[in-house]
Amino acid sequence: MSTPTVDTAPLRRQRRNRIYLQIACVTISIFMLVPIYLISLAALSTRESLNEFPLSLLPTNISFDTLDAFLSSTGIFGALGNSVIVGIGTVLLSAVLGIPGGYALARFAFPGKEPYQLFLLFTRALPIVVLSVPLAKLFLTTNIYDTTYGVILLHTSLALPTTILISASVFLSVPVDVEEAARIFGCGPLGAFARVVMPMALPGLAAASIFTFVMSWNEVLGASILTLDHRTLPAQVLTSLSDSPLAYRFAGGFALVIPSIIFIAFMRRYLTNMWGSTIR
Amino acid sequence: MADISISHLVKTYPGGADRATDDVSLAIKDGDFTVLLGPSGCGKTTLLRMLAGLEYPDSGSISVGGRDVTYLPPNKRNMSMVFQSYAVFPHRKVRYNIGFGLQMAKVNSKEIERKVQWAADLLQLTPYLDRLPAQLSGGQRQRVAVARAIVMDADVLLMDEPLSNLDALLRLTFRSELKKIVKDLGTTTVYVTHDQSEALSLGDQVAVMRKGRIAQLGDPLDVYDAPADKFVGGFIGSPPMNFISAAVTDSGDALRVGDQNLHAPSMLRSFANEDIVLGVRAENIGVATDRSSGDIPATVLVVEPMGSSVLLTVDVDGQSIKVQAPPTFRTSPHQTIWLTFSPNTMRFYDGATSMALEAK
Repeated sequence: MSTPTVDTAPLRRQRRNRIYLQIACVTISIFMLVPIYLISLAALSTRESLNEFPLSLLPTNISFDTLDAFLSSTGIFGALGNSVIVGIGTVLLSAVLGIPGGYALARFAFPGKEPYQLFLLFTRALPIVVLSVPLAKLFLTTNIYDTTYGVILLHTSLALPTTILISASVFLSVPVDVEEAARIFGCGPLGAFARVVMPMALPGLAAASIFTFVMSWNEVLGASILTLDHRTLPAQVLTSLSDSPLAYRFAGGFALVIPSIIFIAFMRRYLTNMWGSTIR
Repeated sequence: MADISISHLVKTYPGGADRATDDVSLAIKDGDFTVLLGPSGCGKTTLLRMLAGLEYPDSGSISVGGRDVTYLPPNKRNMSMVFQSYAVFPHRKVRYNIGFGLQMAKVNSKEIERKVQWAADLLQLTPYLDRLPAQLSGGQRQRVAVARAIVMDADVLLMDEPLSNLDALLRLTFRSELKKIVKDLGTTTVYVTHDQSEALSLGDQVAVMRKGRIAQLGDPLDVYDAPADKFVGGFIGSPPMNFISAAVTDSGDALRVGDQNLHAPSMLRSFANEDIVLGVRAENIGVATDRSSGDIPATVLVVEPMGSSVLLTVDVDGQSIKVQAPPTFRTSPHQTIWLTFSPNTMRFYDGATSMALEAK
C-alpha cells in the first residue's frame, strides 16, 4: 500500500488566513493611529511650517510654540483642570452610586427587575439639550450653576445607566460560591464584598470607569449649557474654535485627545486579566 | 467540635411549589461523619446550606453544640465548608487562601503561619503556597479548598460534593485521603453527595434523601443491606437492587415468582396469600449452569464482563433481573442458567407503599 498524496491545501489556506488577519490588524491600527499622529504633528509644529506646501509628514521641526500659545491662552488651563476634575468626579460619583446598583441587579431577584433595567436606559433616550435646560434652571436656583459640581451631576446621571448595567454584568461573572465561601470563613456581607467580590470585579469595573471618563471628557453640549466661566475643555475649545487660527485648533484637538489616551493606558492593565487567567 | 440537632426543618424556595426540605429532623453525634445522599433535587444541598447559614429555613430549628444557630449569619456559626466548585479566591495566593478564615478570626500571624504550614504539609501543597489558584490543577485547587476548611478548628465541617469535579482516578485517591484527614481531625462532618460509593465509603451514618425527606438514616452497611424502601434499594448499589414481583402462597411457606417456587423465610407467614415485592442484590444471587435443589431457571439476555465479575441480565418468567456472577462463570445469551436465592439476603417490600415489610 502506498501513502496517498497529502493534500496540503487546508494548511496553506490556514497560513494565508493568518496573514490576512495580520494585514487586517495593521490596517485597523493605522486607521486609528494616523489621525492621532497627524494631530500631534500639527500641534507640535510651528505656525509657519503648517502653512508650508507640501506639508512634511515627518516630525522635522518640533516646536512647542503653538501648544504653549494654546495652553497659555485665556481659560484653557482652567478648562483642562475643570475637565479633569469633572471626569474624575464623574467616575467616582457614578461608581459610588452605580456599583451597588449593579451588584443589586446581579445578585438579587426583585419584582420589576426587567422593566427597571429597561427604565434605566431612558435617561439616555432623552436628548441632553432637553435635560440641560431644566437642569440649568434648577442649578441656578440651587446656586450650583457654573460650577464643576453641576457638570459632575449631569455627567453622572448620563453615565449611571451604563455604569449600573456594566457593573451588573461584571458582578454576574463573579461566582456566588466565592462570596459564600468568604461569608462562611468569617466575613460579614460588606467584608465579603470588599475582600473578595470587589477585587475580582475590578477589571470589569475599570472598563466601566474608562467608559464613564471618556464620556464625560467628550461631552460638550450639557457642559456648555451648564457653565459660563468654568467650562470644561471641549466646551471651552468649542466656543473659541470658530474665531481662532488653524494652529490653535490642532493644539486644542491634541489637548483633548491626550488625557483620555493617558487615562485609558493607565486603566488598561486592569482591563486585561490581572491574575494570569480569567475570573474563575 | 459539637453535635448537631436538626428538627422539623421546612424550606420552600420563593416561587417553588414543592418543599425543598420537608420537615427534616436529623441528629448528628459529636465527631460523626454524616453523609447526605440523594439524587439531584432531593434537598440535600438545601439542608447543607441551611446548616451553613447560606439559606434560612421557613420553620424548624438547628442547634449546634446546644446553641441555637437557626437564623445566625454564616460568619457567626463557626463552621467551615468545602465547595463543589472549590470557591478558592482567584486573586490571592494559596497561602492567603488557606489562612483566610484564621485571618478573619484575628488569629495572630505566627499562629496562622504555623497552621497554614501544617495544612499544606498534610495536603501536599507546600510547593504551591506562593502560587495563584489559576496556576494549579483542579485537584490541587480542591486541596486548597480542603486546607482552607481544616485549619479553622470549626465546630462543624461541611462538604458539598467536594470530589465531583475531579476525574475518576483522582476522586478515588483523594476520597481515602479525605477520610483519613477528617478522621484524624475528629470534627463533626456533614458531607453531601449524589455518589453512593462515596456515601458508603466515607460515612459513619448515611441519610438517604428523596423529595425533601430523609428516606433512610443508618450506618452505610445497613442502608446497603436492608434498604428501608424500594427507592433506597434502587438508588444505592451498582447495579441497583433487583425488585421482583412475587406472591406468598396460601400456606405462607413459599414465594411464587411467575411459575417458580422459592422457599420463603418464616417472617412471610403473616403475609400468606399476598402480593409482595422481593428485593435482592445482584451479588447475592447464586448462579449455576446445571440444576440443583431450590434453584429457579432463568434465560440469559445480556452478558457483560466487568473484570472482577460478570454482570448478567437474565429473564425469570418475564421479569428481567441483574445477577453478578463470578468472573470465571461462562455463559452466553439464550442459555438457561439456574439461580439460587439465600433467605438471609432477601428483602421484602409492599408493592403499593414500596416500604419494607415488617413481620406482623
